[in-house]
Amino acid sequence: MVDAVLVWRRLVGAQIRSQLQYRLSFALDAFGSFWISFIDFLVVLVIFRNVSRLNAWNVHEVAFLYALSSITFAVTDMLIGQLDQFPQKIRDGNFDILLVRPRGTLFQVIAGDFALRRIARVLQGSIVLAYALSTLTIHWTELRVLVLLVSIPSAVVIFSSIWVVGACVAFWTTDGGEFTNAFTYGGTAMAQYPFDIYATWLRRLLGFVIPLAFVCYFPALYVLGKPDPLGLPRFLEFCSPAVAVASAAVAGLVWRFAVRHYRSAGG
Amino acid sequence: MIEVEDLRKEFVVRRGRLRRERHVVHAVDGISFHVDRGELLGYLGPNGAGKSTTIKMLTGILVPTAGRISVAGLEPSRKRIELARRIGAMFGQRIQLWWDLPLRDSFDLLRHIYRIPADRHRVNLARFRDVLELDPFLDTPVRQLSLGQRIRGELTAAMLHSPELLFLDEPTIGLDVVAKQRVRDFLVEINREDGVTVMLTTHDLGDIERLCNRLLVIDHGTLIWDGGIPELKERYGGERTLVIDLEEPAPPLEVEGAVVERVDGPRQWLRFRGSASELTARVARAARLVDLQVAEPDIEEIVRRIYASPEKVSDTNGV
Repeated sequence: MVDAVLVWRRLVGAQIRSQLQYRLSFALDAFGSFWISFIDFLVVLVIFRNVSRLNAWNVHEVAFLYALSSITFAVTDMLIGQLDQFPQKIRDGNFDILLVRPRGTLFQVIAGDFALRRIARVLQGSIVLAYALSTLTIHWTELRVLVLLVSIPSAVVIFSSIWVVGACVAFWTTDGGEFTNAFTYGGTAMAQYPFDIYATWLRRLLGFVIPLAFVCYFPALYVLGKPDPLGLPRFLEFCSPAVAVASAAVAGLVWRFAVRHYRSAGG
Repeated sequence: MIEVEDLRKEFVVRRGRLRRERHVVHAVDGISFHVDRGELLGYLGPNGAGKSTTIKMLTGILVPTAGRISVAGLEPSRKRIELARRIGAMFGQRIQLWWDLPLRDSFDLLRHIYRIPADRHRVNLARFRDVLELDPFLDTPVRQLSLGQRIRGELTAAMLHSPELLFLDEPTIGLDVVAKQRVRDFLVEINREDGVTVMLTTHDLGDIERLCNRLLVIDHGTLIWDGGIPELKERYGGERTLVIDLEEPAPPLEVEGAVVERVDGPRQWLRFRGSASELTARVARAARLVDLQVAEPDIEEIVRRIYASPEKVSDTNGV
């Protein structure tokens, strides 16, 4: 385990050095992704110019939810975001290289997909979070701080699991990047808003089958001390770490199953 | 070292635009062979014959549809990670080095991926730097290397962890003569001096002739030859060619036991079987000779004949 972390750090270090070889491209990418996500947040502000509340949520609470989702998604994107180019690896057969090395394939894929430029979006999320925290009056308790702190790594694991399962589709389709994007990028867009504004079927599918509700919604309810507008059991607000562990287990199993269906490419 | 028994791999392909029909392609269709430690084995076949598919099953990349494989005592698809420590693999058309980083960095990363003890890594790297002359470009990013330089880097990467067995898929593809020779010398050295078992697929018959003491030929997913190169020449190259230069141009000679294949001025090519001296004596009686030479069929010609021959030799040599 310690060894794996050390190797991960070396491989990520190699990625960062590689990406910094193209400095201008790196700077433009980072700058671009900062502005895109900034404009994304302006949309939230525009909505609240027109309505004062979204169901039971005011602008500061939605900003808090938005920030939480944005930071955790951006961290995921930074860690394994290049997984959306995974179908390419499958199509050209370069996945072969990973299979002849004495390490787990998922480990190697994850360690090879670090994208430093996405740090810009982490920064943007942090700014929104600082703004939200400065305008909200949260009654901080030790447990609330803990729930907030634990919710971030949990959400990263949940998002990562969704990405991994999505990437597995490529083993069969040898493509299908857009299908996966619907759940990854689409998922984060949904998680930025309170779940009670969505239709019931959508809520059930994206909240629980794909457990996006545990990314921000439930932890945010607890931290903000809000009653759940949907009247769901309160213990769900503490379930994010357990859901994260379960998602990771499912993703690991799906990956193992998928790798056995790898067909490589000609040549 | 390698045991393969009735190995099969099928792929399902869908064809057509609207009504998609399922087709089962038998990429590898029941092959068996075994390889001893220390062999240098060539694996030959036309495009799409199943060469790469076989190598991919032996290295644990693909899961066989049926049959049994044991490589270094391990079943590749089940013990992939354990096997990966003991074998090296190089695919001429894939890049395993880190594209944007200096060559040196790739070797360092591989040390950690393979958990190679630092002192062994140092010794191995020093040796490959010397043998493959890596020093001039060790600090150059891989993307800036020439193909020949990159292949030398790839070979080093495949050998750094001291594997017992090395799989090479078209290692000399696209290389110039000098670079090819360097790769061949390297393979001979690690095979002779370190006892590394080497199995290589290639289209380059020069590789086979210079390197291998045994040859497997696969076509349409089945083995059509398993044996030495001299035996192969004897079976398929039984006919040799006598090239004679006459004093002056003449019509094709009529000599018993030989067929004139080609005439070019005073030079004639005679295809024959059996003893060259008897034929020479007969030719000397029939015409005035200035010069002569006997041409052995090259392996290229032989392989062309095998691929073309309707009766495959699947019953010979224990295949």
